[in-house]
Amino acid sequence: MSCLQVNNLDVRHGQLAAVRGVSMTLNKGDVVALIGANGAGKTTFLRAISGAHSPAAGTIQLNGNEITKLSSHKRVAAGLALVPEGRKLFSNMTTEENLLLGATSARSGEWNIEKIFQVFPNLSKRRHTKTGTMSGGEQQATAIGRALMSNPDILILDEVSLGLSPLVVDQVYQNLERLLATDTTIILVEQDLSRAMKVANRAICMLEGEIVLDKPMSLVTRDEITDAYFGLHKIRTHNGDAA
Amino acid sequence: MTNQIIQAILLGGYYALLACGLSFMFSVMKIINLAHGSLLVLAGYLLWFLAEHYHLSPFVGLLIVTPLMMLIGWALQAFLLEKSARGGELLPILTTFGLAIVIENLLFEHFGANTRSLAPYIGDLSWQSWELFSGVYVGKTSVYILVTAIIILGSLQLFMKKTPLGRQIRATAHDPDTAGIVGINPKKASAIAAALAMGTVAISGLALGVRGVFDAYSGGPQLLFAFEATIIGGVGSLWGTLIGGIILALAQTIGANIHPQGFLLGGHILFIIILLIRLVLAKGGVSHRMKAAFGGAK
Repeated sequence: MSCLQVNNLDVRHGQLAAVRGVSMTLNKGDVVALIGANGAGKTTFLRAISGAHSPAAGTIQLNGNEITKLSSHKRVAAGLALVPEGRKLFSNMTTEENLLLGATSARSGEWNIEKIFQVFPNLSKRRHTKTGTMSGGEQQATAIGRALMSNPDILILDEVSLGLSPLVVDQVYQNLERLLATDTTIILVEQDLSRAMKVANRAICMLEGEIVLDKPMSLVTRDEITDAYFGLHKIRTHNGDAA
Repeated sequence: MTNQIIQAILLGGYYALLACGLSFMFSVMKIINLAHGSLLVLAGYLLWFLAEHYHLSPFVGLLIVTPLMMLIGWALQAFLLEKSARGGELLPILTTFGLAIVIENLLFEHFGANTRSLAPYIGDLSWQSWELFSGVYVGKTSVYILVTAIIILGSLQLFMKKTPLGRQIRATAHDPDTAGIVGINPKKASAIAAALAMGTVAISGLALGVRGVFDAYSGGPQLLFAFEATIIGGVGSLWGTLIGGIILALAQTIGANIHPQGFLLGGHILFIIILLIRLVLAKGGVSHRMKAAFGGAK
């Protein structure tokens, strides 16, 4: 059953068309790596899905329900959670308060504060610490935990390793592994290609606002992804046309 | 001397009560509500109207006026402030400034130039007092006002810290976009916060009317005292507002001791001194310093 269906989505920043006619269908349990260079439209696309940015055209359906016009808090209630790029924690509040805020939509499910602390054991000693003073890894874990508190059907992770040291990134992904074992559908933006290929079971590459590659990870090669990332296939076609 | 200090503390409680709603909106919603004084006077007039025409004691009238003011607060946020806040930091200030003028003149048109007071409707309470020790008397209303200020500021603080709704309001104030992503309805959270702020304004209006007289244009001075108390106490801290109110009243008392006309001047001078100290002590560039001066202790 399709969990998330996006049809011909156009998203604009003023005159700039950041996302152009993007369509995709996600099935339950998919772990999608969304790959693309800076400015390819990944974040804008994810912000449009989560309701932070309203699209110029196209539709978004979640579990068969139209959510294109819903405001972001209603999308959370419908089962969509975003871990935004740059974490965006409420820095003057404690870890516990941030996590509790994640439960605002009151969706039923398995996640609660204790479970989050089980999955991210490094957080439990930070329970009453203001998140603004914590390390990047702890903040990232809190941001993921906050999103999980809404018991989402689809979890969107935008650049989880941004600004974190490699060691901490390892730690975050170790924690994520337990999450991947559940049947939560995940969209992941990750710049580290080998990591993305290891974690995800499907690759979607974006280039200049369009999807240029969408394949199961088992059928895709590293070169294919690199070509799509840099738009090399386009150059080849152009050369072919010229010849 | 002791007497003066005690009276100043009581007066400070009154200033703190005046400032509750302003401080709450400033610290929680980052909106400087310049219509605060006029809305306070509006609440006073509503209470007076109920007392004069329906013989309702102002305390009973509060049961009607508080929900009414909360409704006004909700409507203000939903239809006016929400939209103007999107236009930048300065637009809400202009909007509420205009709103203050509108309210003042509507009140003047409707109620005329006579000064009103709620004191005649609360019976003996308006002049009763307790004798603390020999020769030092404190007015009962003044004590009640100080206690009310403490209760309101304390419960607002508790509400913001301990309840889910308080957390949601704080999160919305911090970053409305992210609040939405987390599942909070930012419009609802802000509207509830504005309603709460105006609810406290109803009580401030009662204090204003019970303590003295007011007319349609009394809002300005009330706004000034409330603003000074808020800033002196430091924005972001509701308890700070209580301390700020008391410090302001002490400065005014000292001013009045130095010169019979020095009452108001004492408060203003202290206000400016505190702004200057914060401006000098703050780190960073000019805009940082300005923010620190007005934003106070963070």
